[in-house]
Amino acid sequence: MARLSIEHLRKTYGDLTVVNDVNIDIADGEFLVLLGPSGCGKTTTLRMVAGFIAPSAGSITIGERSVTTLPPWKRNCGLVFQSYALFPHMTVAENVAFGLEMRKIPPADRAPRVAEALRLVQLAGFDERYPRQLSGGQQQRVALARALAMEPDVLLLDEPLSNLDAKLRQEVRVEIRDLQRKLGLTTIMVTHDQEEALTMADRLVVMEKGEVRQIGTQRELYERPADRFVAGFIGRSAFLDGDIVAPGRFRTKGGVAIGCAAATRIGAATLALRPERIAVGGEADGLHNRFEARVEHASYLGAILEIDVSLSGPDAIDKDRMLLQIPNKAGIAEPKPGETITIGWAEDAGLVYPREG
Amino acid sequence: MTTTRPSLGRIALNAAAGLSLLYILLPLIFVTWLAFFRQEIPSFPPEGYSLKWFSAAANNQPFINGFLLSLQVGVAATLLGLLVGVPASLALVRHRIVLGPLFNTLLLMPLVMPGIVLGTAIYVFQIETEIATGLPVMGSQGGLIAAHTLVVIPWVVRLVTASLVGFDRTIEEAAQNLGAGPFTTFRRVTLPSIRPGIVAAGLFGFVTSFGNLEMSLFLVGPGRTTLPIAILQYLEWKIDPTVAAASLIQIVLIAVAMIVTDRYVKLSRVV
Ligand SMILES: Nc1ncnc2c1ncn2[C@@H]1O[C@H](COP(=O)(O)OP(=O)(O)O)[C@@H](O)[C@H]1O
Ligand SMILES: [Mg+2]
Repeated sequence: MARLSIEHLRKTYGDLTVVNDVNIDIADGEFLVLLGPSGCGKTTTLRMVAGFIAPSAGSITIGERSVTTLPPWKRNCGLVFQSYALFPHMTVAENVAFGLEMRKIPPADRAPRVAEALRLVQLAGFDERYPRQLSGGQQQRVALARALAMEPDVLLLDEPLSNLDAKLRQEVRVEIRDLQRKLGLTTIMVTHDQEEALTMADRLVVMEKGEVRQIGTQRELYERPADRFVAGFIGRSAFLDGDIVAPGRFRTKGGVAIGCAAATRIGAATLALRPERIAVGGEADGLHNRFEARVEHASYLGAILEIDVSLSGPDAIDKDRMLLQIPNKAGIAEPKPGETITIGWAEDAGLVYPREG
Repeated sequence: MTTTRPSLGRIALNAAAGLSLLYILLPLIFVTWLAFFRQEIPSFPPEGYSLKWFSAAANNQPFINGFLLSLQVGVAATLLGLLVGVPASLALVRHRIVLGPLFNTLLLMPLVMPGIVLGTAIYVFQIETEIATGLPVMGSQGGLIAAHTLVVIPWVVRLVTASLVGFDRTIEEAAQNLGAGPFTTFRRVTLPSIRPGIVAAGLFGFVTSFGNLEMSLFLVGPGRTTLPIAILQYLEWKIDPTVAAASLIQIVLIAVAMIVTDRYVKLSRVV
């Protein structure tokens, strides 16, 4: 096991920059998740670490070893592919033994290590099966066992759960995490699934358009999102565009005045509010910011009601639309479009970001 | 209980298929039949049956020499064809090569080019080469093997590119990730996956070379004839069933080779 350090990593294809100046330090034994929407450069970053893509700039260090220019077969990174990539013509045992064989470990010493790896992923006794005789979940475990058996310095997982059905995903999630802790493996996992990322990670890296937007723990990302993108991507936020007109005073585009402690720098800004900070109906009484909002649209989503409201009157140029999420408590009926509801939030509830676009 | 009657269309289709099959097999059936005729001049109905033509064929020295030469040339040409064709297929499928589609077509050319044309072209080429270099190319076994390699290559390129196209390259990456260098990756992962294509290519390439007459006619030297040419020469003098017996032996050998191969790789799946 070892720490991993990625410095100023960059990848361009012609004029297209796919990964831009990525810096990540991963501690020994840490489980780091790269999270971001599809196409943001996660796989590219991971494949640069594994050595399958040559970086356009930057460096990668595993432990004390700079691996930036090493070919994949000299990096000792265990990669679990999204498609598992098991060798179809080899048995489960042969698949798992392959990495050991490449390290010139004598056959007599291989067998116990193969057995141990298969036991770890709960596939003891499957040695002689062929990949095509296994279910998707079992193939996934073989891929994991194969990567673990070679005792890699770092474990790399590319969307390892995306081909599993929902129920299995929950199970494997826990299994991978337990295994990783037990073995103290330095791990990078790539995913676009927010829930998966939040439940598994020690620390998360949020990427967008090839750039790292924020690195932090779940709590740091949720409570102090670094920018508007993270505020919308990790958990939900209701957004209002407008301007900071004076310290502590925000004015929406539609002209609604809002008191906001976080508003300090005067200029165009976006106010972000977490849904649980917004009170509805009688709960809004006595709050600094309190409005009669007009319901535009309401959706019933089971645990929550999602209500699209506008803060300013029907004749305002900008209606200041915002999306509320209200816990579906007993007795609450979803309001009809055109009705008004009272909403409110405290002065310290919002976060402000420079306005984009 | 109702039994569904086969539709008229279905019957017509089966009849057409049966007729085509009969049409293909008819010469084969006649050759087989002829090989067992007792009389020397083939005429119907047969006067009786005998196995003597088989021993005549097996003891005919030109046939034996021709068989051995065809075997040597076929094996050598097949190996050379694979040696050239497999890397060519890899390059064509995996790399964006300038004029790649053109090369692909060129490599398949010998399959569609009439044997006479190919033979003439190689004949002229070998003469020119001999004049230019002074090396004894004409009528040499090496020259023959080189020419036969040409008719093996299209089979290799066709069948190996077909098996490479459906090949999932991430398993090669997996091998490299586990510590295998490029050569080991090829040997342990790529090769086993395209082996059916290679085996089939070797078999069909060999059969094509072994049975080649038109091209070889231009290229054999004195005292060095392949089996098809030996048979042709024999036919110029005699038309007794020895030739039918020799052909039957050849057909059986090829059929056995195909059946044995099919046990290891399903030929119908790769061809
Ligand atoms: N070989 C390539 N040439 C050009 N663009 C590429 C290439 N590989 C990936 N890309 C682009 O790079 C971006 C990031 O890809 P990827 O790392 O696979 O994203 P993610 O894994 O986050 O979904 C995508 O927009 C993709 O289209
Ligand atoms: Mg990806």
